[in-house]
Formats: sequence, structure tokens, C-alpha cells
Amino acid sequence: MQLVSKVIGDVLVVRVNEPRIDAAAAVEFKDAMRAATHDAAGRVVLDLSQVAMIDSSGLGAIVTVMKTLGDDRPLELAALTVNVAAVFRLTRMESVMKIHDCVDDAMDAVRSDA
Amino acid sequence: MMRWTPCALMPDAATDAELSVISLDVPGTFEGVRWALAQTLQHLGEERYSVEERGTVELVLAEVLNNVVEHAYSGRDDGKIALEVRQTEAGLNVRVVDHGRPMPEGGLPIKPLSQPSDDLLSLPEGGFGWFLVGQLAHDHQYRRVDDCNCLTFRVTVG
Repeated sequence: MQLVSKVIGDVLVVRVNEPRIDAAAAVEFKDAMRAATHDAAGRVVLDLSQVAMIDSSGLGAIVTVMKTLGDDRPLELAALTVNVAAVFRLTRMESVMKIHDCVDDAMDAVRSDA
Repeated sequence: MMRWTPCALMPDAATDAELSVISLDVPGTFEGVRWALAQTLQHLGEERYSVEERGTVELVLAEVLNNVVEHAYSGRDDGKIALEVRQTEAGLNVRVVDHGRPMPEGGLPIKPLSQPSDDLLSLPEGGFGWFLVGQLAHDHQYRRVDDCNCLTFRVTVG
């Protein structure tokens, strides 16, 4: 599981450099996210621009990561591809997760909240 | 290793109104499912099926096949899944047959999803799979015959 992290201000941006977060990858994704967010202090933005497919196991893994990070380190999503966005829409998880069109939008949201 | 024997639920030959898209013996592992999805998608031409339709087919098949791996074949890696996809005027007809454990309640656990609450800790981490199948597939039928599970459904794409 290839995750690329970078810190921008007080935000940790994690890009998933994988085409899928599916049943075969869900456990690995959770472990890799735990390691990548270990030192995160504030918001975490998950850049999903490279992910073309997510299934219910992948969705469950993202919810688990979100819960583990808790309220102090809110997990936000950015740059959903068309079929990934459909899964969040169908399961109505888009109504409880902050989803940005792109990483730049996520950064703008941070600035405007400040 | 268990021998893979065809059971009474194997499909008849495709009729005139059906065109066989793919027929696969899928290894009953998550990696096997990935392989089967890639094979199936390769056979769904990009000129006939949009990106969204291909995504729908991939998602429904992923949910159904991974469920077999996770539950019907739980704890073993020598199971096989027979996957058959046929194209008709009304969409894709799919048949999935396995030799694993039966559905716990004798039918598909397709239930409505409650509106997720704003409380982070109460968010569900599972239960999305069959809901997605219920949303994206039609005419689902589950039968248990001898030691086989047979699931058929239709995805209205193409």
C-alpha cells in the first residue's frame, strides 16, 4: 500500500497511490494509515485522486480510520474519482464526511476556517 | 484439495436472446476476485459501457464475490466460484455459484441503510455490501441446492 504524505501548514495530506481500496487491500490500508497519521496533530486530508475503485470493505476501512483519528484529527476526503464518489453517495456517507473537489479546495477550506 | 464439481445449478447454454460475456472459475480468495473483476471488465467494451456502468458492474461483482470468500468460504482458500455473465437487451445477467456455507438466514441479507448520524463513533464500519447490491442489482434470487449456493441477478447496463 503506497501512501505519500506531506504536511502543509497544520494539515497532513495523504495521497493513496493505489488504483483500488478493496477487500484485498483494506487491512493493509488501515495499517498504512495508522503509521502515516501517527504524528498528525490536526486535520488529515485523504487524497483519493489515484483511486479508481473502492468497495464496501474499503469504505469500512476509511470509516475505521476516521474513528481512530477522532474529533481532534478530523479525516476529510479530496479528489474522488467518479466511481469512488458513487459509493459515498449510495451509502449516504457523503452526508457525514467532509468531501472536497480537490486537495487545493481542502486547503482553502482550512484557511477560510482559520 | 476439494474437487470442483459442477452442480445442478450450472447454467444452460446461452439462448438466442443472450450473449455470453464471460464464464470463469474464480479462486475463492480476495486476490482471485480481483483477477475475475479484471477479466470481466476486459470483456465489457468501452464503446458500449460508460465508465459509470463499468464501475457499477465491478462494484456489484466485487461485493457478491468477496462475500462468498469472506463468509461462504471463510477460513479456507481452496474454494472455487463459478461466475457467468451474459448480455441481454435488459442488461447483464449474472450467475454466481459456490460450494461454501449457506446464507445464514436462507436468503439475501438486503436491508435498508439507516441515515448515518453525525456522531463519529456511532458510524457503521460494515453492512454496506449487501445494501449496495440491493441498490445496483435487480431481480436477485438466491437458492441453496445440495451443497451449492446459487445467486442470480441483473445489472441494467449497456
